[in-house]
Amino acid sequence: MNKKGPLYALFLSLILLLPGCSSITVLNPKGPAARTISDTIILSILVMLGVLAVVYILYIFVIVKYRAKKSNEGYVPPHEEGNKWLEAIWIAIPIIIVSFLSVVTVKSTSAVENVAADYKNQKPLVIYASSSNWKWHFSYPEEGIETVNYVNIPVHRAVEFRLYSFSSITSFWVPQLAGQKYAMNDMLTTLHLSADTVGSYLGRNSNFSGKGFAHMEFETLVMPQKDYDGWVKDVKETAQPLTEDEFKALLKTDFVGRKTYSSNHLTFSPPPGNHGDHMSHDGMEMDMDNGNMEHKENKKIHPSPAPSSETIFDGKPDTEVQPVDDSTHEGHH
Amino acid sequence: MKIDASKPLEYSTEENSNKIFGFWVFLGAEIALFATLFTVYFVLVDRFASGPNGSELFEIGPVLLETFLLLTSSFTIGLAIHAMRHGYKKAMMFFFGITLLMGLGFLAIEITEFFTYVHEGATLQTSAFLSSLFVLLGTHGAHVTFGFLWGTAILIQIKRHGINPATANKSFIFSLYWHFLDVVWIFIFSYVYLKGLM
Amino acid sequence: MDLEKFKVHGGVLIYGAMVSIALATLAIIIGLTVFKKWGYLWREWLTTVDHKRIGVMYILAALLMLFRGGIDALMMRLQTAAPEMKFLDAQHYNEVFTTHGLIMILFMAMPFIIGLMNVIVPLQIGARDVAFPRLNAVSFWLFFFGAMLLNISFVIGGSPDAGWSAYFPLASIEFSPTVGNNYYSLALQISGIGTMLTGVNFIVTILKMRAPGMKLMRMPMFTWSVLITNVIIVFAFPVLTIALALMMFDRLFGSQFFTMANGGMDMLWANLFWVWGHPEVYIVILPAFGIYSDIISTFSKKNLYGYTSMVASMVIISLLSFLVWAHHFYTMGQGVMVNSFFSITTMAIAVPTGVKIFNWLFTLRKGRITFTTPMLYTLAFIPIFTIGGVTGVMLAMASADYQYHNTMFLVAHFHYVLIPGAVFAVIAGFHYWFPKVFGFRLNERLGKHAFWWIIISFNVAFFPLFILGLMGMTRRMYTYSAETGFGPLNMVSFAGALGLAIGFVILVYNIYWSTRYMPRDTTGDPWDARTLEWATNSPIPAYNFAVVPTVTDRDAFWVSKQENIPLFKDQIKKIHMPSNTGKPFILGVIFFFFGFFMVFSMWVPAIVSGVGILITLCAMSFDRDHGFYIPEKEIIATEKKLRGETV
Repeated sequence: MNKKGPLYALFLSLILLLPGCSSITVLNPKGPAARTISDTIILSILVMLGVLAVVYILYIFVIVKYRAKKSNEGYVPPHEEGNKWLEAIWIAIPIIIVSFLSVVTVKSTSAVENVAADYKNQKPLVIYASSSNWKWHFSYPEEGIETVNYVNIPVHRAVEFRLYSFSSITSFWVPQLAGQKYAMNDMLTTLHLSADTVGSYLGRNSNFSGKGFAHMEFETLVMPQKDYDGWVKDVKETAQPLTEDEFKALLKTDFVGRKTYSSNHLTFSPPPGNHGDHMSHDGMEMDMDNGNMEHKENKKIHPSPAPSSETIFDGKPDTEVQPVDDSTHEGHH
Repeated sequence: MKIDASKPLEYSTEENSNKIFGFWVFLGAEIALFATLFTVYFVLVDRFASGPNGSELFEIGPVLLETFLLLTSSFTIGLAIHAMRHGYKKAMMFFFGITLLMGLGFLAIEITEFFTYVHEGATLQTSAFLSSLFVLLGTHGAHVTFGFLWGTAILIQIKRHGINPATANKSFIFSLYWHFLDVVWIFIFSYVYLKGLM
Repeated sequence: MDLEKFKVHGGVLIYGAMVSIALATLAIIIGLTVFKKWGYLWREWLTTVDHKRIGVMYILAALLMLFRGGIDALMMRLQTAAPEMKFLDAQHYNEVFTTHGLIMILFMAMPFIIGLMNVIVPLQIGARDVAFPRLNAVSFWLFFFGAMLLNISFVIGGSPDAGWSAYFPLASIEFSPTVGNNYYSLALQISGIGTMLTGVNFIVTILKMRAPGMKLMRMPMFTWSVLITNVIIVFAFPVLTIALALMMFDRLFGSQFFTMANGGMDMLWANLFWVWGHPEVYIVILPAFGIYSDIISTFSKKNLYGYTSMVASMVIISLLSFLVWAHHFYTMGQGVMVNSFFSITTMAIAVPTGVKIFNWLFTLRKGRITFTTPMLYTLAFIPIFTIGGVTGVMLAMASADYQYHNTMFLVAHFHYVLIPGAVFAVIAGFHYWFPKVFGFRLNERLGKHAFWWIIISFNVAFFPLFILGLMGMTRRMYTYSAETGFGPLNMVSFAGALGLAIGFVILVYNIYWSTRYMPRDTTGDPWDARTLEWATNSPIPAYNFAVVPTVTDRDAFWVSKQENIPLFKDQIKKIHMPSNTGKPFILGVIFFFFGFFMVFSMWVPAIVSGVGILITLCAMSFDRDHGFYIPEKEIIATEKKLRGETV
């Protein structure tokens, strides 16, 4: 046992050093959602270190004190059935800790599932992020542009990513800006994030999706609003439009590097039914049964996200999923 | 083997009573199995894509006949066990045989139904709804088929060796199985067919 | 028949594996023929219905699989030891981590535990065998041939490559067109049926076959844990059966359960998989808790502290295990309410688990602790598992999980739970019960060497993964670039993996060394232990107990030693035994071929072997063999011989 003590001390000090270290991306947040989670994680580490300390102290105490030695040769250990009070204590204290962490969990989960407090008055920038083997497509419905494998967003702006997939389940993750969320084939999910520092942040698919999975990265470039507007204007003027044929070819190509288009695929290939919007309208009342029913309803409206030439697009991404305008947004909150 | 004469024949040895208890535990697993299948069916029931839904597909006639056959066979297997407890070998074999024949009749109708569905273009591959329907009904049907073969094997053993602790035990366990399949069918009848027709 | 689909294209590794499988098979065949052991193998092992021999075969198979899964692990760690490694390509890496997960959980941890329960549980409750000895043989052979079916996938047709969780649509025929995931659906199905039957068998054994006086609340904790585990098996495995059947229908017959069009629902697979998958974790961990409880009690020379709360906590854990599955996919967008519900149920598991940790610590308190090899593993389990536990609570917090999910943090967490929680337990149980089965102990010095290698290397291999996870490294990445900065910690982890391998090699060497040099134990009770399995001779005679013991208290054997209460009150009488039968083995073989033909969609042979299964089952039903009796004289002679007395 004595060989293990210093080893643990080393590991524990390593954990304690983590928050100060900038390469620990999860604990080096650049936006409100990631910050909420980072704070939650650090809080939980501290609480758990407390739990570990209690167990370890007790553990070291008993195995040192009650080891068989020459000096206690004839010692006959007593018969102990247990002790109601002691057992009540180690039931009650964990319940208190778990209850505390439950409250923290519910609060922080609800915080990151909604627009961050400081950004509630803004109209969020909507971006559809869809994955295909093994790329990320970013469609800007209002700007009418599309990018592949990189996404530009303005700083200090609420951004609402609407996620779906053309193939396997993937998970959209920019660790320094927000936690991850799945992009799936028959349902739209919503991820809220905002950045408060200009910079370039690595994003990736974190859910295993086959051979090209390890290379499924994208850059999230956070820029001042002015630069962002300039970039959009530039794209509109200089980039080629995304035709349906080109999009089909794109879906079939495994790795394509970066691409930029002056129109987006939402016009000819609408996204699947929205799960996220229902959620934000119904607030937190949605239970699982409802969740399932919503998938079904939407299924009829959006049979498949696969490219369909018959779908006529009226300039808006979808009646169901059009960007939340200010009035409904305020009404909700 | 120690035989305890105070108990019914099927429970008379320790091994026999363990087997019956074990079969009850196994039925617990079967309940979990069918519960999962029903859950899958309920999740997928409205996902019929471009294929037909329940109300377009189901016809009440053959289903009522299936229900009648299986419910009656559950009654006749009860009569067989009753006869067995009184040691009436012939009566037991008669009711046992009737049970199996009704099971066969049930299967014949179910298979005809399947052919009709496929003929109408409703196949396993058409939609998630139909996949779950075929697999739910098919699993029940496979259980009935297995029951038919198993029951036939037991019937032959009773004919050869008469009613003894071993054959009585097997017959009793078979009757539990058969009643169970009947209960599952009642759920299928109510929640798949009747609900689907509504 | 198109032969192309049987081939596996790959480098030296695949051909090396093919050659080594061929050589090993050849060596076994030649060895059996030269030493004229075919008859022995058939009579004593392949046809056995003896729970002890079946247990030993389970453990042997599990050890084999431990090395197969371990080599997978080494290959993965080597491939990721440095940035841009070229050891495995993406496809092979995907196959390797998929089979690593499947093999370690389903074909290593679970059979090892089922093996130990087979050997020990009937002894602990004072029974002569399990309730259904033949069914037990069927269980084993179905497991064994299921495991073999998955293993041949490496050289015939290709292994599953969509992760052990095989999420759809990735595992669908569209995105995984090789036969790999066909193997997944059939091999797991066959061995899963075996496991479910084990569940039925042990529930009946424990509830109906206990020795007189062995009330439920007098049972050893290992038996309690096995009872609860088997209840979980009976209710969780049917869900896997259905999930795998639906997968098979989707892949082989074009049904639309999890497809991307025609109403299929990919999330349904994830839900079904984890409704089974989470209870599965407790299927391997609860028996471990039982093993630890017995070992702690034996080597601190004290009865278990808080027996009742130990039982209650396992019952509560088993119930909660069915209510937490969605914590495996908080990120699927279910919304705050659903995630909060599952967060709370998940964290709630920490409460009964904490009760167990404190009860163990208080069992040690005021004890007189001796540090034998099994006890060392048990003592190492407490602090290491606690790290696994507290990180589990951290992962349970839905918001935080949005950052941990799919990362190396998660990988580190479940290895910190499963390795101390299951692997250390089976190794501890292996060392602890080895003398009972074979009549001599494993060498303590070598055992402790292996222990220190394993414990230290384990932490070196897995602790860095917590940090890598927080750095943003996801699981299942076959490569990464140098700029990510993941390199150094991965190298440390690889070093740890090598150390673990050395530890396991020493462990196996110990078995060899001890077989040759360790002295015979004639007491039957080398550890001065407390429960009934130590009251009979070592090695255990076929009939377990010459006379069925009468139990008056918990720790029945200890009490009888301390207070001189005789356990065996009856006279020796003739004992009824079940006869051996080859049918379970034959059934397993036919199932293997059935599975293989299904994997390759060879319908005619598949139907033929399906009929073969029915015929074998029918033959089993017509079997009228009611066993045989061991005469009194023979029992008395055996008893004397085992006690080292000359006959």
